[in-house]
Amino acid sequence: MVTIALAGNPNAGKTTLFNALTGDNQFVGNWPGVTVEKREGAWTGDKSVHILDLPGVYSLSPYTPEEEVTRRFLVEKRPDAILNLVDGACLERSLYLTTQLLELGIPTVVAVNRLDLLKGRGQALDLDFLSQRLGCPVVALSAAKGAGVTEAAQQVVAAARQGEPPAPKPVFNQRTQRALEDIGLLARDVLPQTGRDWYLGKLFEGETETDRALGVGIALRQRLEVIIAACEADLGADREEILAAGRYAFAGELARRGLTRGKGGASLTQRLDRLFLHRVLALPLFGLVLLGMFWFAVCLVGGWTQGLGEDLLTGSWTFLGRAHPGLVPLLAYGLDKLSCSPWLTSLILEGIVAGVGAVLSFLPQLAALFLCLTFLEGCGYLSRGAYLLDRLVRRFGLSGKSVVPYILACGCGVPGILSCRTIRRESCRRLTAMTATFLPCGAKLPVIALIAAGAFPGCWWVAPLAYLIGGAAALFSGWLLSGSRWFPREDLPFLLELPDYRLPRWGELLRGTGRRLGEFVKKAASLLVLASVAVWFAASFGWSQDGFCYLAGSGLECSLLAWVGEVLAPFFAPLGWGDWRLAVAALSGLLAKESIVSTLAVLCPGGLPAPLVTPASALSFLLFNLLCAPCLAALSALRQELASPRHFRLAVAYQTTLAWLTAFGIYQVGSLLGRL
Amino acid sequence: MTLDKAKVGQVYTVVRVGGQGAARRRLLDMGILPGTALELTGAAPLGDPVELRLRGYTLTLRRADGAQVEVAPGHQLRQEEGRDWIW
Repeated sequence: MVTIALAGNPNAGKTTLFNALTGDNQFVGNWPGVTVEKREGAWTGDKSVHILDLPGVYSLSPYTPEEEVTRRFLVEKRPDAILNLVDGACLERSLYLTTQLLELGIPTVVAVNRLDLLKGRGQALDLDFLSQRLGCPVVALSAAKGAGVTEAAQQVVAAARQGEPPAPKPVFNQRTQRALEDIGLLARDVLPQTGRDWYLGKLFEGETETDRALGVGIALRQRLEVIIAACEADLGADREEILAAGRYAFAGELARRGLTRGKGGASLTQRLDRLFLHRVLALPLFGLVLLGMFWFAVCLVGGWTQGLGEDLLTGSWTFLGRAHPGLVPLLAYGLDKLSCSPWLTSLILEGIVAGVGAVLSFLPQLAALFLCLTFLEGCGYLSRGAYLLDRLVRRFGLSGKSVVPYILACGCGVPGILSCRTIRRESCRRLTAMTATFLPCGAKLPVIALIAAGAFPGCWWVAPLAYLIGGAAALFSGWLLSGSRWFPREDLPFLLELPDYRLPRWGELLRGTGRRLGEFVKKAASLLVLASVAVWFAASFGWSQDGFCYLAGSGLECSLLAWVGEVLAPFFAPLGWGDWRLAVAALSGLLAKESIVSTLAVLCPGGLPAPLVTPASALSFLLFNLLCAPCLAALSALRQELASPRHFRLAVAYQTTLAWLTAFGIYQVGSLLGRL
Repeated sequence: MTLDKAKVGQVYTVVRVGGQGAARRRLLDMGILPGTALELTGAAPLGDPVELRLRGYTLTLRRADGAQVEVAPGHQLRQEEGRDWIW
């Protein structure tokens, strides 16, 4: 078995290449840091070849957690070969990383990506020159078009089988090279033979982590310092600058001589950015884009498909001029013919079909929302949002990079939380992860729609209000918690690359949307069915005069569920909805938010229960469910992302407290106003 | 002068990269090195962060972080300093 690692800068096209090589269909966003964990797959050309997609890095000195994943894997696990994907559009910066990768002594093939773009610009690559300088095979390919991908894979597999380490021409100037050789002599006892050059560089930089790993003692470190200090004095720069400058000089020369200059003039990206990053127009445009997305998904697609699910399910639908009965009448008829027992009929019709069906009619809206988000992510506009809003969200102790998780969380909280990985500052990353679910996700849309239709008929402002309050809650929490004992302020630079715009292809978009929608359906098919069945069971069984038995649709008040709900209800009474059915619905929201709707559909078939008819308590119910702890899937993502049980407990407690207090405030103020 | 005081549309040459530890290291890794030519191509609507063009790509950074980077207007420093070999 051969293991090949894909390494390169963020946004260099590694995931696209990974998909092309393995036939996988991971969606590729156009923002730095899409891959947060390493992913594995087998090469379609030879199943014994394992391919690993590593998170993109700019350098092997780690800053963000996902960069550390890459460094640790390459240094400690040492794959059989590295396929270093280099972005042809910014060759110099990409080759900076290459100089570090080559030092590891792992067989490497350098692949220059975006060949199609270079050809379009009239630029030509001198592969022989690059290969001769880098001391390893260099190929050109276009990952998006699939050109040259197989050749690159064949080259890297051949390199892995031969096991020949790369032999680049000297990267640094003579003075630095001499210092490195002296260090090699002094530290020969502790230096490993594999990846020797890499360790030499780290000893030169004096990285404590490497010193500890190699067992460099105080005496040896002092002797090394003499050599390094002399080199620093001679070159008039400090150690880190010497190495970085040396690498960039090497990479710059390669880029200048290995790639002919193209036509000048503003690129498409620059022209688009004149509009989208315009000083005055940028923020209104950003707002318009988001509004347009929700308008398209909720109003246009949602309005168009409204009632469609209901008709298919319970009513009748017309096709080719004939009326067909819906699923429920059909099933009822079938179950009756099979002379099914009443409890099984009830389980299927009132438990599963009613519960899941209430949610599935929102699928078209959700699909439209995911499609829009996938497009925004894929075209490169989302990272512009981080740049545009950084100043604003920084006031609240967050970072511009929090904007991407927040927007993704409007689709689903799980990808939102996972994308926090690109934020470097730990406390900011944790804050973003625990506040991202305040923004209403797609699964909360049915809840919003239910309340809006039930308690505020004809009001257009309920959904926008939900998003507004969600966003405000996230910012408020940032302001409240940052700088506290749990989330200390850290001063680290905010450096963000703006990628070139690109038009995602239809297939890519549909696959990305389909994958996310598929995950949602999978969740609905498992957790939601489970929740519906559990709710149905607890609602249909209980203690009557004959002891514990099936209640056959009557006597909901003595069911198990009523008993659980009655225990919980006092907790929600100050919020204006101390009804046991609502308490149970809120509880079931912990499994999946959409199950609030399905639970209410099972428990209150006739519409909203009495307490929710007044606007104040309806709003309080909605807000509590929007802000309180998210669903199981998001909670497990949050737990993983926070990587600290204490922070996780704090986050859940905080979310629930904030939700309770907000709902309490809204209800009390609302009912006060109502009385006036 | 420092990069945080730089004007949009001007070309600058980096003279010195200050700061320390991981923060400084990150600037160096992104290619902000003494002698590097960069152009301030824009600023976000609220005036911060700023958008830089250097080494063939676009980088954004906050003005506060730019305060660590000393720059000189124009781009002719390389020969004068005689430190061309290192950059």
